[in-house]
Amino acid sequence: MRLSLARREALWAFAFLLLPLAFFLLVRLWPAFQALWLSLYEWNADPAKRAFVGLEHYQQMLGDKLLRKALLNTLLYTLVGVPAQLVLGLGVALLLNAVERFRDLFRAIYFAPYITPAVAVAWVFSWMLSPNFGIVNEVLRLLGLPAQPFLQSPGQALLTVTAVVVWQNLGFQGVLFLAGLQNIPREYYEAARIDGAGSWALFRHITLPLLNPVIVFSAVIGTIGFLQLFTQVVNLNFTDQGGPLSSTLALALYIYQQAFSRFELGYAAAITVLLFVIILLITLVQLRLLSRRVEY
Amino acid sequence: MKRWPTLLAYAVLLLGSLAMAFPFVWMLFTSLKPFQEIFSLWLLPQHPTLDNYRQVLLQTQFPRWFFNSLVVAVITTLSVLFFDSLVGYTLAKLRFPGKGVIFVLILSTLMIPTEMLVIPWYVMSAENGWVNTYWGLLFPGLMSAFGVFLLRQFFQTLPSDLLDAGRIDGLSEFGVFWRVAFPLVRPALAALGIFTFLGNWNSFLWPLVIVQTAEMRTLPVGVALFSGEAGTAWNLIMAASSLAVLPVLLVFLFFQRQIIEGVVLTGVKG
Repeated sequence: MRLSLARREALWAFAFLLLPLAFFLLVRLWPAFQALWLSLYEWNADPAKRAFVGLEHYQQMLGDKLLRKALLNTLLYTLVGVPAQLVLGLGVALLLNAVERFRDLFRAIYFAPYITPAVAVAWVFSWMLSPNFGIVNEVLRLLGLPAQPFLQSPGQALLTVTAVVVWQNLGFQGVLFLAGLQNIPREYYEAARIDGAGSWALFRHITLPLLNPVIVFSAVIGTIGFLQLFTQVVNLNFTDQGGPLSSTLALALYIYQQAFSRFELGYAAAITVLLFVIILLITLVQLRLLSRRVEY
Repeated sequence: MKRWPTLLAYAVLLLGSLAMAFPFVWMLFTSLKPFQEIFSLWLLPQHPTLDNYRQVLLQTQFPRWFFNSLVVAVITTLSVLFFDSLVGYTLAKLRFPGKGVIFVLILSTLMIPTEMLVIPWYVMSAENGWVNTYWGLLFPGLMSAFGVFLLRQFFQTLPSDLLDAGRIDGLSEFGVFWRVAFPLVRPALAALGIFTFLGNWNSFLWPLVIVQTAEMRTLPVGVALFSGEAGTAWNLIMAASSLAVLPVLLVFLFFQRQIIEGVVLTGVKG
């Protein structure tokens, strides 16, 4: 009797899982292997030219100057964007934590950009940052400062794109850190104060260590986000070329160009394998950092 | 004693709020200006007009793009809520061989970047005639591994006695899930539902790849390509952008608490 009950339960479980399992296998897992397999083929718009090329695409990547540029840019986006996002987000959270009235209102204002369509955000900013008629340059002029080219200049475009993304993600980071701050028991601070610790010591020895898991989570989510940066790069620049002079070209955009502008699907797949390896390594480092934290 | 630091915090927060809200305000006011006025420095339109909105709504396929986005976002959200909770429930509450393997398998898909999947999805769609169809737009988002993970945590906290009571009352195993367990995880469903809806509403890369004709564009793709075509008609572009942002801000206004709790749930407590 017991056995048959257990069997009944297992049958129900498999019935429930049938469709979802098919989905996760066929739409999520199998295509990842297909990308790996496609990367070994010359696979383009012309079916007659499709052929097995082995590791040729990986060799091609070594000599691809534009890919190198995209990788370097993506590294810059991440190295500037992630720390900026973390520090500013923590700052917003500390400020929100310090006030009581209107806290929810402020939090809502900071958070709103995070959920608005990145396309709309990008167009508003490219309008505001326009060198000739943009409001930002008008304000600079009023302050007696020289006008800036922003997105039009190879020297400023990447930082400008980063700033817009940071602006959009700030509220998300702020909300995360605020929740982290509110999870820290007040008694810790009181005890430390009695021992004569100053504000900086409290922050350095209580707040930061106890926020560590949230910081790691934010940093990893942020890093993966910047590694896949696409929508803002395309829409801030009017084109999908990563201009001016490839100065904003990001890895995901380069993959898109190779796959859907030039229809070099095999080569593009090889680059996605590279992206996957990078993300895998970051996730492994995250697990390391988080598990170390648990030991205290 | 603590007055001055608090005042300073308010001042900095207020200044920051201006920086966060200004682009929205500027977008809205520009969208109300006639073309001759858009290069003026004045924030407020001197001759406010709804003509930009009329042009966007009547002379582009904006209503269709809106409808397409709605179809995609609503169907994927319903599908994710149903299937993710079914899987989450099964993994949390039923006993069967291979449970651990299946959980790890689903979770492992979280590490795969979308860019890697987009290319095979496109090849698959081209072979099956899904390019430029609703099914093509929809199919990658029908379930979410993250949702399974989140809901499984919630189902685990439900007492098994409660489910057994349902079984004794003669409910089938599906009845226990649907009538007893499903309604009890409402807060998690709300958070997951809102994020799935917004994620699909805002999604850009896959719709850009799979859509070929103007009438199949979703809102973000429609606004992006329309803006490219509209050139310097910033008043029109800002009207289109405002129309794209407005529904999202309305959803946010109504579900602010659930949205913020959802972020906290996934980031700090998950």
